[in-house]
Amino acid sequence: MIEIINLTKKYGQIVAVNNISFTVKKGEIVGFLGPNGAGKSTTMNIITGYLPSTAGTVKVDGYDILTQPKEVKKRIGYLPEAPPLYRDMTVTEYLRFVSSLKGVARGKQQGQMADIMELVGLTDHRKRLIDNLSKGYRQRVGLAQALVGNPEVLILDEPTVGLDPKQIIEIRRVIKALAEERTIILSSHILPEVSAICERVVIINNGVIAAEDTTSRLSDDINQFLKLTMIIMGNQEKIVKTIKTIDGVKYIEAAAKTEDNAYKYIIESDKDVREQVFYKLAKAGCPILESKPSTMTLEDIFINVVTQGTEDK
Amino acid sequence: MWTIAKREIGSYFKSPIAYVLIGLFILLISIFFWPRLQASRGDFITILGDMGFFLIFIVPILTMRALAEDRKNGTEVLLMTSPTSLYKIVVGKFIGAYTVFLVITGISFIYPLIIVIMGGVFTIQLTGGYIGFLLLGAAFIAIGILASAVTENQIISAIISFVALLVMWVADTLATTVGGIVGVILEWISLISRYQVFTKGILGLAEVVYLLSFTIVILFLTVRIIERRRWVQG
Ligand SMILES: Nc1ncnc2c1ncn2[C@@H]1O[C@H](COP(=O)(O)OP(=O)(O)OP(=O)(O)O)[C@@H](O)[C@H]1O
Ligand SMILES: [Mg+2]
Repeated sequence: MIEIINLTKKYGQIVAVNNISFTVKKGEIVGFLGPNGAGKSTTMNIITGYLPSTAGTVKVDGYDILTQPKEVKKRIGYLPEAPPLYRDMTVTEYLRFVSSLKGVARGKQQGQMADIMELVGLTDHRKRLIDNLSKGYRQRVGLAQALVGNPEVLILDEPTVGLDPKQIIEIRRVIKALAEERTIILSSHILPEVSAICERVVIINNGVIAAEDTTSRLSDDINQFLKLTMIIMGNQEKIVKTIKTIDGVKYIEAAAKTEDNAYKYIIESDKDVREQVFYKLAKAGCPILESKPSTMTLEDIFINVVTQGTEDK
Repeated sequence: MWTIAKREIGSYFKSPIAYVLIGLFILLISIFFWPRLQASRGDFITILGDMGFFLIFIVPILTMRALAEDRKNGTEVLLMTSPTSLYKIVVGKFIGAYTVFLVITGISFIYPLIIVIMGGVFTIQLTGGYIGFLLLGAAFIAIGILASAVTENQIISAIISFVALLVMWVADTLATTVGGIVGVILEWISLISRYQVFTKGILGLAEVVYLLSFTIVILFLTVRIIERRRWVQG
């Protein structure tokens, strides 16, 4: 449905997006993840035809954004980073304007607007001036605007930014409901968001794609590793040496001192070593005061990928 | 196109801009009109000449926000990513501003009416003069729209169009003093020399064509400037 091929965007000397390629299949919901300044908004602005690319192509439903922009634009609903709102209009006035702008037939406008407002929870606010709405509600109007015309593709740039936790959950639910019959790209720098809604993640950093996989597989890769946080009493050198002899332990790090003669340790292994650690340390006369397993989250993957990318440079 | 024009008009009348401009215009005309009426020289056609000059102040305020505001508050993204073409967007903005201008012009009609009531006649010259005024307004507003496309700052946009209109107003006089190639160019952009033909009461076809094409060329240029800016900067 969406094909991004060797896309590059330069702002003068700055290379914001450097030769990225990825495709999104029809009906898929893809998370576009990256830290600040990674090039997410730039890429989205190019896909939607707001900015021209320096090199490379974007195709939506087979239409090239450069040669057939109108066909592409008809198929896309776009929520930019800053919701494009006319604050001197009421919600209804604004959505009617957007409907006409997108060429929705006059007879269909009223019904479609009512459906959209119901979906994003704006019905009670429809007569309010956009200027008087809270930030969260303005964000909803921005989302509503993207839905006008019932586009097959939705490009959402940080759709939940600035919302309170309750609203975030609500908007995520809305996006998930939308995903059933649409192709969606959603950008974010918050991982739990992407893992909560998306089937697949594309991680971008410094304008290049750092990783790309399904959300579950990305976590699986990492879940093969086990991470234990322990507080152990006794001689630090001896403890590290003892644990290192255990089969499966890949990494041990002695962290902060917690109480007299006790330190915190972080142990990473590729299989369950808890039992072995217990017996070996018991034999060495070093009691475990506390033990806490922690699974690596998408958050860790993200940080890993992103910092690796920077270190490689 | 009409969608955008409609929104513009609504927006003008929601903000104080339209009312301030109407007030300002009536005030200016009154200042010039009453002394002459008192002197019972009720030839409104000369006032029409002055009205052309007032436009230099009115139009920049009218058009300063047209495209600049969209760039500033991000609504440009909405317009540019909609299936509506850039031409229609620019022409829509033009029609919006022009409609407010028509309202202002309509209100100025009160004065010729007063003359008629006081026993004068609405002359054929005056009709021609008004046609000229409407065309001059179109050309001026096109300049204003162009100025609003080059910056996202409304004040700067207003200053640019004010200076441009002022230069065009004095171009005729400048042309004769400067002479040479610059003189020819100045002569060529002199809107006022065309407008004066109308205020003399002549309905010159050449002038009609000139002012209309001037408007179209400037709007076309506006589209090109926006396109170019997108390619160059982003
Ligand atoms: N108009 C512009 N002119 C010059 N540089 C720009 C412009 N817009 C963006 N950039 C640069 O391009 C790079 C990518 O920016 P972009 O806005 O795409 O990042 P992002 O991933 O959306 O970040 P964020 O999470 O902060 O929204 C940044 O280094 C930014 O400084
Ligand atoms: Mg961004």
